[in-house]
Amino acid sequence: MNAQNNSQINAQANTQALRFVPASEFKERAAVAVADAHLRKSFRGAMDFLIAKRAAQFPDPVALESQRGLAEHIRKYSLARLPDLLEQLERNLTANGVQVHWAENPEQANAIIINIARRHSTKLMVKGKSMVSEEIELNHAMADAGMEALESDMGEYIVQLDGEKPSHIIMPAIHKTKLEIARLFAAKVPGAGYTESVDELIGIGRAVLREKFMTAEIGLSGVNFAVAETGTLCLVENEGNGRMCTTVPGVHIAITGIEKVVEKLEHVPPLFALLTRSATGQAITTYLNMISGPRKPGEKDGPREMHLVLVDNGRTQAYSDEQLRSTLQCIRCGACMNHCPVYTRIGGHAYGTTYPGPIGEIISPHMLGLAATHVLPTASSLCGACGEVCPVKIPIPDLLIRLRGEAQHDARPGHAPMLGQGAAKSALVDAIWSGWAALYTRPALYRAFGWLATRFRALTPPMQSGWTVSRTPLKPAKRTLHEQMAARERR
Amino acid sequence: MSARDNILQRLRAAPQGTAPLAPDVRGFHAAVSAARPASNRATRMEVFCDKMAFWHAEVVKVTRDNWSQKLRELCAAKGVRSLLYGEQTEYTAALLAAGIGGLKPYDRPVDDWKQELFENTDASFTSTRGGIAETGTLIIWPDANEPRLMSLVPPIHFALLDADKLYETLFDAMIEQGWSGGLPTNALLVSGPSKTADIQVTLAYGAHGPKELIVLLLVNEEELA
Ligand code: SF4
Repeated sequence: MNAQNNSQINAQANTQALRFVPASEFKERAAVAVADAHLRKSFRGAMDFLIAKRAAQFPDPVALESQRGLAEHIRKYSLARLPDLLEQLERNLTANGVQVHWAENPEQANAIIINIARRHSTKLMVKGKSMVSEEIELNHAMADAGMEALESDMGEYIVQLDGEKPSHIIMPAIHKTKLEIARLFAAKVPGAGYTESVDELIGIGRAVLREKFMTAEIGLSGVNFAVAETGTLCLVENEGNGRMCTTVPGVHIAITGIEKVVEKLEHVPPLFALLTRSATGQAITTYLNMISGPRKPGEKDGPREMHLVLVDNGRTQAYSDEQLRSTLQCIRCGACMNHCPVYTRIGGHAYGTTYPGPIGEIISPHMLGLAATHVLPTASSLCGACGEVCPVKIPIPDLLIRLRGEAQHDARPGHAPMLGQGAAKSALVDAIWSGWAALYTRPALYRAFGWLATRFRALTPPMQSGWTVSRTPLKPAKRTLHEQMAARERR
Repeated sequence: MSARDNILQRLRAAPQGTAPLAPDVRGFHAAVSAARPASNRATRMEVFCDKMAFWHAEVVKVTRDNWSQKLRELCAAKGVRSLLYGEQTEYTAALLAAGIGGLKPYDRPVDDWKQELFENTDASFTSTRGGIAETGTLIIWPDANEPRLMSLVPPIHFALLDADKLYETLFDAMIEQGWSGGLPTNALLVSGPSKTADIQVTLAYGAHGPKELIVLLLVNEEELA
């Protein structure tokens, strides 16, 4: 494939860098997704597959419980010491020759990365999988700054080529079928013929991206675990593109949320073992890439310069509340979305946020504020599957209920308001609940209401808002329960 | 105030509650190990070979005397025209004496020959620091002699593993080898050739890294069978 053709792909990828759509339009998108039989079939099939693969890795429920207990303990312990661990990590990374940067929000994070990129006259940045880079919409910021950011994880490459965003945090292109990808490659990868063979499709991606690894000035990666005691960044992957991005270009930038740090190297194996088993049902991934610094004198490869960008973006808000802090235990395995009946039916794009599914419902309000996201914690039947499979035992249903409350009410006394606190407050809903409270605390009023509601039941409206969309209307019985019980006593 | 100060200040201002005790990962691991049948060299070798086969890697048992000849035969059988190797390792002399065609030392910084490495190097041969039976995993410790890209860029990777250095679990390897006392620039665990299931959850090998991983497992004469 020649250089001119490659630059065509780049141009396409650039012009199609999309922003995430507003989470507030979640309901409209969910309705469209639910009606899409093809999409539902894709997700159902893929989720069933992942659920079965995970289950096969945990044959012994007692052993699983004790592993989850340990993993939860490690995460809670790390979070309890988070500020100290971040400082320790920074000290050790700095001693290893890594430059550490801190960013409070996406703008700061993008500015740091773009500055580094400009200093190296960057034309192309190759990216390993990083959800935090999606969170800050780095690709868009890079495009605005006139530089290309190319995804190199196969799934991410596919969705970027089609101008889309990932629909799953572990399997970004899970919403696409093989045939759609075959057509996409034939249309958008110059020189690629039409093929439906998965091996050949992967071969096409491999060939295109290998050329990119060689020419990119910068490689960007995420981080799965950052080890404070050694100053080591651990990356988990199957494809090898993460290793390419962190080894071939002259500069490596790693980006991570501040919560990913653990104290000791020995804290990694229990989390790593649960991460891969929960995510894709693998006992281990092809690679665990443990990076402790840039190329040392005498070494023959590896980047000459290395950076770590630590991103807050709402995480300190979650941290400041002892219940909500557990959100930060997450190791991003995706099991909660795989097992979520809502996610399975609507897919990842409907949420409109970087992180879809249950984890997205509990983390997005901290990143984007409740005003934009208050509907997300309601996208749950509270069946509890997410909390049951979460390898670090985040009580996701409890957090959903808590966030629903925060969206409806003012901050609790002694608590700082969350971003967008009370955004879903409604005078009508408040009035209905006040009325309900009045009715149920005054016996005379309650009996009078019961009498009226049963006697005039024919006047019950046939359209009852959301209820009658897919259900028959509610209608009071002919007599109140009290009256029926009294009648029964008499018999 | 800097972003760093702001973030740390917000974290430090958060309510602390009762701090959890340090997790006892060693105790947990010891209890798990005690509850399962004791492993020995033979069981570790067996489990390792099974798991590696599951990951689509080939395991070939070799001895100290014949490994380089076996490697020569494997290279010939796979049509390897160029084999990348590291200079000044404990295996270099034997490798050079084996009469393998197309030997290519990784003797200069990658910047000087990137194109050739990517486009014109069929296979590589590296040593390993050990293996993990439970998951079928190689521990690779790149250094100036055996740089990082050797186990990543060439389509075929031959790795020599001494059966003496097979550990039961990752945790055992980490503790017994004292990793936290000194990690290299890039330490690696490798379990099979690179792969992806990103297209319709169909597994495909040779995603971005090697398409084939061949482990030369160094055993005693009597273990060859
Ligand atoms: S919340 Fe739990 S299950 Fe969901 S991605 Fe995070 S660790 Fe996995």
